[in-house]
Amino acid sequence: MRSAVIVFPGSNCDRDLAVAFETVTGAKPAMVWHRDTELPDDIDLIGVPGGFSYGDYLRSGAMAARSPVMQAVAKAADRGAYVLGICNGFQVLTESGLLPGALLRNAGGHFVCRDVALTVENAQSAFTSRYAAGETVTYPVAHHDGNYFADAATLDRLEGEGRVALRYAEGVNGSARNIAGILNETGNVLGMMPHPERVIETAHGKTDGRRLFEGLVEGLMTRA
Amino acid sequence: MKARIFVTLKGGVLDPQGKAIHHALEGLGFGGVNDVRAGKLIELDLADGTSDEDIDAMCRKLLANTVIENYRIEKVA
Repeated sequence: MRSAVIVFPGSNCDRDLAVAFETVTGAKPAMVWHRDTELPDDIDLIGVPGGFSYGDYLRSGAMAARSPVMQAVAKAADRGAYVLGICNGFQVLTESGLLPGALLRNAGGHFVCRDVALTVENAQSAFTSRYAAGETVTYPVAHHDGNYFADAATLDRLEGEGRVALRYAEGVNGSARNIAGILNETGNVLGMMPHPERVIETAHGKTDGRRLFEGLVEGLMTRA
Repeated sequence: MKARIFVTLKGGVLDPQGKAIHHALEGLGFGGVNDVRAGKLIELDLADGTSDEDIDAMCRKLLANTVIENYRIEKVA
């Protein structure tokens, strides 16, 4: 099983995500620089980490979405590799068109940095298979632009197709329908604002995020 | 040749920055401001002969996110 974490200038959760991948897979992920044009052919799992890629210039995730490596990520996603975008990674995935919608400035105008309660809406996905549908979990968030926006037709489609993976169980940033994380049509790409990689060890105070990574690995093992 | 690209949030897309500016104007005692929407101005210095199609493509592919933003191109001689 091979995993990779994409690194942009300004990424700051890349190492945390790499530790999470290594903890559950037992192997170090490849750290892939934004200028690289290729990923290993047999890549199974790609992490697009949080941070402030390219200083959030123009729009959060906008420059990173157009960087050379993202074409390779899109190709791998097409092939069925799992892609997990967290926080800035979610913004990069919407900007690159791998996920619909956009992340706007938080409705309150403030940066929000705290633990939030989330409801697992879809426990069938590769990312959420170790959770129960309707279960409440707590992950931290730390973002300024996490206010999910899409037109009503897109939101209805996401809901109808079970592509809302996670929903805020409390008001956080003004997200449409309290959406915290969404899946692509084929279910192998997940973008989410909260940070599961920050709650995987008892030393983190909580381990609610660990099952997301364990479920992914389990899914990959069964698939292979 | 220069072009100015005006990027604005679509109607109906919440603009917390505009709201904050609005509140600040009211705080300064300016009445009669009904609404404030903030946008971006991007100035491009372009090689002569750059086609309108190319400028439009720059807007669609990078300068504006058409999910949430509109853009307007103003060519300056």
